[in-house]
Amino acid sequence: MRSLRLLVPLALFVVIAVFLYLGLARDPSKIPSPLVGKPAPAFTLAQLKAPDQKLSTADMKGQVWLLNVWASWCVSCRVEHPLLVQLAQANVVPVIGLNYKDKVPEGIAWLAQYGDPYKISVVDADGRVGIDWGVYGVPETFVVDKAGVIRHKHIGPVTPEALQNTILPLVRELQKA
Amino acid sequence: MRATALLLVVMFSVGAIAATSDAALDARLKKLDEELRCLVCQNQSLADSNAPLAQDLRREVRSLADAGKSDVQIKEFLVARYGDFVLYKPPVKGSTWLLWFGPFLLLAGGAVVWWSVSRRRARPPRETPGAVDGTAVNAGVERARELLNDPRA
Repeated sequence: MRSLRLLVPLALFVVIAVFLYLGLARDPSKIPSPLVGKPAPAFTLAQLKAPDQKLSTADMKGQVWLLNVWASWCVSCRVEHPLLVQLAQANVVPVIGLNYKDKVPEGIAWLAQYGDPYKISVVDADGRVGIDWGVYGVPETFVVDKAGVIRHKHIGPVTPEALQNTILPLVRELQKA
Repeated sequence: MRATALLLVVMFSVGAIAATSDAALDARLKKLDEELRCLVCQNQSLADSNAPLAQDLRREVRSLADAGKSDVQIKEFLVARYGDFVLYKPPVKGSTWLLWFGPFLLLAGGAVVWWSVSRRRARPPRETPGAVDGTAVNAGVERARELLNDPRA
């Protein structure tokens, strides 16, 4: 009985240590989105390269697609950009760009300089659609299924690991469905 | 002349009424913004933060208020997009139960420990065999006496 009581501080220490250790691995800047599993917020926006034409979320029904939120002023977008270009060349899944709070000429110039991986980019100049999608930092990437439901949200630049281990397997699975 | 004066009075009072209702709305929005977290600089409220997103969200909150939405509806709007994280005061539900009531559990645990320790201290010391054995004590005292009287010391 007495030896059991001596174990209490040790047990408390282990519990606290486990919680603190798990806390170390979590990034507080990544806030889980309540939109995962919900229908993607609808938008109808002008296309970046063809301002007289619009793209609507309804146009994407029936296929799996990615929405990548980007801007020419976003430095970390440059980090993920070569990966997106590669993804576009592989022609696995259409990527729609949401040009977030950017100026149209600067967005177009940026794509000309770094390459354009987007099937279509749409203009969200005042960030209003970004709010609907719960965007709080750029870049962010959403996986949307055939029924128009958001299945995954990646916060920050897409890494090769995230693409290979999470995003692409999910896309393939959703494409089969 | 009189008509002009009347017109001026009307204009000023309309202006004054508009100003007071604006002040009331501003106060309401300020209070609301203070209860909402800026998602970029997470230790600041929407009211404190100057991040572009905070400015956008303040604008959004104002336009929702202008559209006649209540504070609860505005919070629901933001929670639907950004999650409970946007609220400084998390709602009481399954996943936040420990957060809300954990401190009281700890307090209760501390009270139990304190109560049991103080009860044990208040009890008169028990005579345990061996430790307070009369003959053992006497033998010890005898031995000490011998050592003290030892002429070699």
